[in-house]
Amino acid sequence: MNIAATAIPKEVKQSQRYRDPRPFSVRFREHMRRNRLAYLLLIPAFVVICATVIYPFIYAFNLATTDTNMYNINSPTKQPQFVGLGNFGEIFSNPEFYTVLGRTILWTVVNVICHVAFGLWLAVLLNRNLKMRGLYRTLLVLPWAIPQLIVAMMWKNEFNTQYGSINLILQSIGLPAIPWLTDPFWAFIAVCITNIWLGIPFMMVIILGGLQSISPEYYEAAQIDGATAWQQFRNITIPFLKPVLTPAIILGTVWTFNNLNIIYLITKGGPNNGTQILVTYVYRAAFDFYRYGYAAAFSVVIFLILLIFCLFYIRATRGAQEV
Amino acid sequence: MAGTFFKRAKGDSSFKRLLINLILIVACAAALYPVLRVITVSLRPSGSVFSMDLSLIPPDATLASYQSILFDPKVGFWTWIGNSLMVSVITAMVALILAAPAAYAFSRFKFAGKQPGLIFLLVTQFFPATMLLLPLYMMLIQLSLINNFWGLILCYMSIALPFSIWILRGYFDTIPNDLEEAAYIDGTTPLGAFFRVILPLSTPALSITALFSFMTAWSEFIIARVVLQKQALFTWPLGTVTLQGAYYTNWGPFSAAAVLISIPVVVLFLLTSKFLVSGLTLGAVKG
Repeated sequence: MNIAATAIPKEVKQSQRYRDPRPFSVRFREHMRRNRLAYLLLIPAFVVICATVIYPFIYAFNLATTDTNMYNINSPTKQPQFVGLGNFGEIFSNPEFYTVLGRTILWTVVNVICHVAFGLWLAVLLNRNLKMRGLYRTLLVLPWAIPQLIVAMMWKNEFNTQYGSINLILQSIGLPAIPWLTDPFWAFIAVCITNIWLGIPFMMVIILGGLQSISPEYYEAAQIDGATAWQQFRNITIPFLKPVLTPAIILGTVWTFNNLNIIYLITKGGPNNGTQILVTYVYRAAFDFYRYGYAAAFSVVIFLILLIFCLFYIRATRGAQEV
Repeated sequence: MAGTFFKRAKGDSSFKRLLINLILIVACAAALYPVLRVITVSLRPSGSVFSMDLSLIPPDATLASYQSILFDPKVGFWTWIGNSLMVSVITAMVALILAAPAAYAFSRFKFAGKQPGLIFLLVTQFFPATMLLLPLYMMLIQLSLINNFWGLILCYMSIALPFSIWILRGYFDTIPNDLEEAAYIDGTTPLGAFFRVILPLSTPALSITALFSFMTAWSEFIIARVVLQKQALFTWPLGTVTLQGAYYTNWGPFSAAAVLISIPVVVLFLLTSKFLVSGLTLGAVKG
């Protein structure tokens, strides 16, 4: 962004700061002359983004105010009706919405905390002169490298009550078998375990990159001053990791909140809707129950929840940095 | 020698080193074990797929599952791979061709709507999958692009294109402006500078971006399941899921397919993950 700013000659910067007295048409022509290439370069991508992102985005809001479903979408006799905010009313008056929202928040918080904690722990351990460092790193990144579909299926197999290796191991040390995928509580634990396993490498690699950019001189100086390992971690490592961690946590939170793959593939939100989170709920409403208008309204709600979260988070971290 | 002495003198006693290695080995085992189990299951003969055996290489190991996946014409493994390859390669290429010029414009020019545009690209990351998928699905029905690879590619564009622009802009920002200015002095047009100076310099970033789009499309299941309903058009994620029967899970062939599909992706990923991560954080931090 700074580079782009310096590329603009000084007089243009000033013309923006003070009001340019020239008529709009002259300013417009100069702007176009200066940026003609930019617009030319942007047009192809812009057209495709309009067709695949912006138009569907607006259409989603439109769809959210109708009762479109499987029976009236292509029917010669029935037309989807405009229902205003009726879908939103239905969402917010359904007590299940709040249960699912609560579970989604729990799911996101548990996953992101575990991802960051384990990622940070492993990254700190890896960030030293170890003989097998490369091998460790490669093996630890493995869960991220495998296609998510395969990860989900693989864990579903491991969670099988009778034949899954987790229960076999538990039984071999004398513990009772756990009904992983048939009991709502254990099913939720099972999908959490899968997603935690899946998400640690991303955080670990990002944090490792951040750790490597911290100059060892800070630690040397701190050691001379007699700082303990914990003090060094608290006062050097964490502050320096902040610029890397903030976007990583935002991305991780959004990805976890919106993670459809793992839950849909392992439990489909079951048993008894016990592992349903918002995105799986809405995906099933749309593509298993064909309630298009309702699902569109639900998507809009999820999107707004995430947007508000991110605005708050960015403001909170900015505020903390200023203090 | 001096180096290791210095590091050790800095605080890690040999007991601590042992402890660290031990923790890392346990963590690696936890990362590796489920993967090894898939290989185990893929090696079991079809009769003992539901085995209570915990050994990593089954005593009666056989390659029968691989054989049925690779050579049984009823399975259609090669059709799935062909379909997946076609969709993913086109997605990656088109996204790259569209994203590179746009990313350059975002990096170097100060056009109207630049800041809102960048924010919008970031906000697309917050969309829940159904937010765009549902309207796109309706559009595809209207355009009769359901059960059509181009329909699926269009859907993938909505994910791959914003992300590619974001990553490439982060990379272009790191290339100093002086290079283009030198090219201008030599009489190149701005467009020429982009094609002959910036693009060749960005080959690594371009290939990583293309690879990322490729891998997104390659492993995608949720969207493909909605857009492609005909068996003959299935990509491998749809196909491998059908390998699991309605009443029992056909784990042997499924695991064999999983292993065969994962190997090339995992190798590619491990080779490039470092670059992908630096691109991600670069783009994000600067935003």
